[in-house]
Amino acid sequence: MSADTDHDHHGLHGGDAHHHGSMKSYVIGFLLSVVLTALPFWLVMSGTLDRQATAFAIVAFAIAQIIVHMIFFLHMDTRSEGGWNMMALIFTLVLVVIALTGSIWVMYHLNNNMMPMSVHDMSQMP
Amino acid sequence: MSAHAMTTNAGEPVRFFDLEEHDHPEGSSTMLGFWIYLMSDCLIFAILFACYAVLGGNYAAGPSPHDLFELPLVALNTSMLLLSSITYGFAMLSMQKDRVGATQAWLAVTGLFGLAFLSIELYEFAHLIHEGATPQRSGFLSAFFTLVGTHGLHVTFGTIWLVTLMVQVARRGLIPANRRRLMCLSLFWHFLDVIWIGVFTFVYLMGMLR
Repeated sequence: MSADTDHDHHGLHGGDAHHHGSMKSYVIGFLLSVVLTALPFWLVMSGTLDRQATAFAIVAFAIAQIIVHMIFFLHMDTRSEGGWNMMALIFTLVLVVIALTGSIWVMYHLNNNMMPMSVHDMSQMP
Repeated sequence: MSAHAMTTNAGEPVRFFDLEEHDHPEGSSTMLGFWIYLMSDCLIFAILFACYAVLGGNYAAGPSPHDLFELPLVALNTSMLLLSSITYGFAMLSMQKDRVGATQAWLAVTGLFGLAFLSIELYEFAHLIHEGATPQRSGFLSAFFTLVGTHGLHVTFGTIWLVTLMVQVARRGLIPANRRRLMCLSLFWHFLDVIWIGVFTFVYLMGMLR
């Protein structure tokens, strides 16, 4: 037994570490996606709820559908590639959240605090 | 290293490093590498979404989403992409059963749905530009064309990749290399559908609510 070559490489190098899903999982994912796509379109086109409730609802449907796609179509789980797929995803999501919220937050306040300048104001400038 | 191992190897110096190379089967890290590429692609789209979120309200006295977008067309487009996702799934299932003909047929169907998506999108773009809603018109339209156009470009290259792989499978069959390539394209294709969820929610549906 050589202790130094005995690392566990099964997660990274195992040939069939990926599972590809079954007919059942693809069909379930597809049906869920159809429902989660149809509902927000219906909400916006019919205008059943008021504007703000509709906005919250369609964002919730979008997040739900992204999770459905991740699980049923992209076959994400915590075990694929020895957990590195999930690690990369979480890292990316953190970056995405920082980039999105940061941009929107900063630009919103920039728009509020930098009042547009009129021609009159400009002529008064030193 | 245990004391027992030390005594059995008493004559030799104890080594804590590898002399033999590990067994790295060909392509063993491709799927992880491709996933990391997809994550970097995800960042590109995140920045384009952020641009759209910041610029999406700057109409420059030009047309607003309400004037331009036709939701039935977007719904049709969305269904094309969703159908192409499930047919690609069927192609992967046929591949697992080593059925070359069925795999090729489902890939062809997927490609047709992809082309249908692209045609509808190009029709929409042509319609917008014909109405004078060009990318130069306002910040909103620049951001819109960049975001949706980048997604469309991805679908275009995905379709080219798909045709390439169909030729490969026709010539070489479902060899391990081709299976690996088909699995990469599967990730790419489903990933584009995930991005489209963001596009139709935040660009089209949210645009109509403004």
